[in-house]
Amino acid sequence: MRGRQIDAPKRVESGRLALVSTLGEEGLQAGPQGSQVPVLEVRGLTKTYAVGRFGKARLVRALSNVDLSVMRGEVLGLVGESGSGKTTFARSVALLERPTSGQIRLLGREVPNRLNQARLREHRRHVQMVFQDPYTSLDPLHTVRYSLTRPLQTFKVVPKNTQAEAVDHLLTQVGLVPPQDFLRRYPYQLSGGQRQRVGVARALAARPALLLADEPTSMLDVSIRLSIMNLLLDLQKAESLSLVFVTHDLAGASYMSDRIAIMYAGHLVEVGPSERVMGEPRHPYTQLLRRAAPDPASHFGAGERFEARGDPPDLANLPSGCPFAARCPHVRKECTEALPEWRQVGPGHEARCVLY
Amino acid sequence: MAPLLEVRDLYVGYGWDERNVVTIVRGVNLTVAPGEVVGLAGESGCGKSTLAFAAAGLLEPPGRVISGQVLFEGTDLLKLPAEQLRALHLARISMVFQASMNVLNPVARIREQFKDAMKAHGIGSGEEASVRAKEMFARVKLPERFLDAYPHQLSGGMRQRAVIALALSLGPKLVFLDEPTTALDVVVQRSIIQVLNDLRHDLGFGVVFITHDLSLLVEIADRIAIMYAGAIVEEAPAQLLYQSPEHPYTVALMSAFPPVGGKRKRLEGLAGQPPDLRRLPPGCAFAPRCARFIKGLCDTVAPPEVRTAEGRRVSCHLYAETVPSRPLPEAVPGALVSQNNGALAARAGQPTEVSSDEGAAN
Repeated sequence: MRGRQIDAPKRVESGRLALVSTLGEEGLQAGPQGSQVPVLEVRGLTKTYAVGRFGKARLVRALSNVDLSVMRGEVLGLVGESGSGKTTFARSVALLERPTSGQIRLLGREVPNRLNQARLREHRRHVQMVFQDPYTSLDPLHTVRYSLTRPLQTFKVVPKNTQAEAVDHLLTQVGLVPPQDFLRRYPYQLSGGQRQRVGVARALAARPALLLADEPTSMLDVSIRLSIMNLLLDLQKAESLSLVFVTHDLAGASYMSDRIAIMYAGHLVEVGPSERVMGEPRHPYTQLLRRAAPDPASHFGAGERFEARGDPPDLANLPSGCPFAARCPHVRKECTEALPEWRQVGPGHEARCVLY
Repeated sequence: MAPLLEVRDLYVGYGWDERNVVTIVRGVNLTVAPGEVVGLAGESGCGKSTLAFAAAGLLEPPGRVISGQVLFEGTDLLKLPAEQLRALHLARISMVFQASMNVLNPVARIREQFKDAMKAHGIGSGEEASVRAKEMFARVKLPERFLDAYPHQLSGGMRQRAVIALALSLGPKLVFLDEPTTALDVVVQRSIIQVLNDLRHDLGFGVVFITHDLSLLVEIADRIAIMYAGAIVEEAPAQLLYQSPEHPYTVALMSAFPPVGGKRKRLEGLAGQPPDLRRLPPGCAFAPRCARFIKGLCDTVAPPEVRTAEGRRVSCHLYAETVPSRPLPEAVPGALVSQNNGALAARAGQPTEVSSDEGAAN
């Protein structure tokens, strides 16, 4: 199905990340848990924005030193509240934002900090995004056919004479059948769920290795959410895609993901297998999130009181230690002095907390 | 105990002239006892907000009540002159909406907005209004200094708390909460739910809680009513509904909410789309999407409402005495995601086709 060979260097050195062999057949036949071949490796990713008037601008640290990798064929759930930096992470990886510092390695190759147009296009051929709002992410003045043909042309995915066929195939893949019913429609002629399906098809058109879905279901009605999640899972399996599913919804993340990464105030605080992170959350922030999430199975009759003090810190004035220290019920002196190191808390499960 | 609110056979529609009214709420009966939390859930467009607006006496044209009664402490709100109705609002009946930022006046300090509201209800002295505002801020756990803030200086969660404080400031007996936490983060949502719950215990008001988030509702409501195409298809005590949903729509709606944690398991959720309210199918409105559709019955005869001893009512042919041949769905303890969740997909001879799933263009 994917008639594209990925060239990659023989070996990739990286600090916390496992040594990596070439991307080959083994990578393409990833199991349900994904393979151990990273498609994306991010090290020390930091993004700051200058906010406010010139001369009085404050530096807002949206992302602080994030290390994260995504394996081939894996679904990684990136979970956090508003302002936690999860969207900034996705947009930085897609190079829709220019990272302030840090390294991004895609398919084993370093992505340089400054890219020319051709290299940027090359990067985006491999990394595609599905956006949150299907009402604004499609051009209202163009038909579905146009929106899907553009990436095929831009990334030279298929020869010109098979473009029409490729568009039909994309529509079929995302369940918009028969395709001819949808080709000539404008976004306003589609429902929210249908628009989001077009958004997914557009992202698939480039035949990316990595799909970044930024809250793709949060604008949709309950009945449609699950169908979009199932669509993403089906496509991810069929195409052995790597998928980063950015969400604030713990239930959705745990439904979708092989692994879950939890973000707080621009920091990554916990990463691990989905069942472990949701079942035995280790970082106090993850525990707070877990308790806050609607979950009748565990709340029924428990009558437990929910206590959450404080708010997330000001990103323009982050504390020196753990960003969660001010709200943490287990806070110690050392928490406020320096950012805790990553600790292994289980198989493939790490938390950035001094408790472990 | 006499009900606080009693909605009787209410029909509500939208339309500028009488001949072109689309009926949105169809024959709803609903009661709320003093101090009780009744949840209303359903997909977008099922009429839950329209029902709440009508029941609160807040419906404005082109919305119109077609027939029925809304009895609040025995008085029919629908027959009340506008002036008397306005006096009831805030003082006896209050409403909190999803978009709190659109409710607060952006160019007035919150203290002023409290004073305005109090003044409209005859509490003339600014002093007294201030005292009450302070007390309410303490109850919703907002620092007093934010009384002198403008709405834009507050975070979304704080604004929602301020709106709740305002809504409860005159001690209403009945509060409509329309998706009060939907736009908020989970931690903020949970603490607001906690605040509401505490206030309900302290102040003893009844609540109609509207949300599409069934898993949240199951936790906080005493009773839950499930709406579909403008009608209540099932109503039961929250725990009973959660553990053994009966109406196939309730079962399907529940399966659209994955559980947090646990073994990952494929869910099919709700296939198909809600019907066009201008052209409802004959018989049961849910029949075209129903996993347990009975040909010749569900598509011709409107389902009867069946009431059980446990305090459940369900409008479905499956539970009517005339159709004893089918087994009841299994009870599903433990998870919102039920054993029945494959039911929709398993619908024989009806492949789930996604294209028709999400509705045609507007």
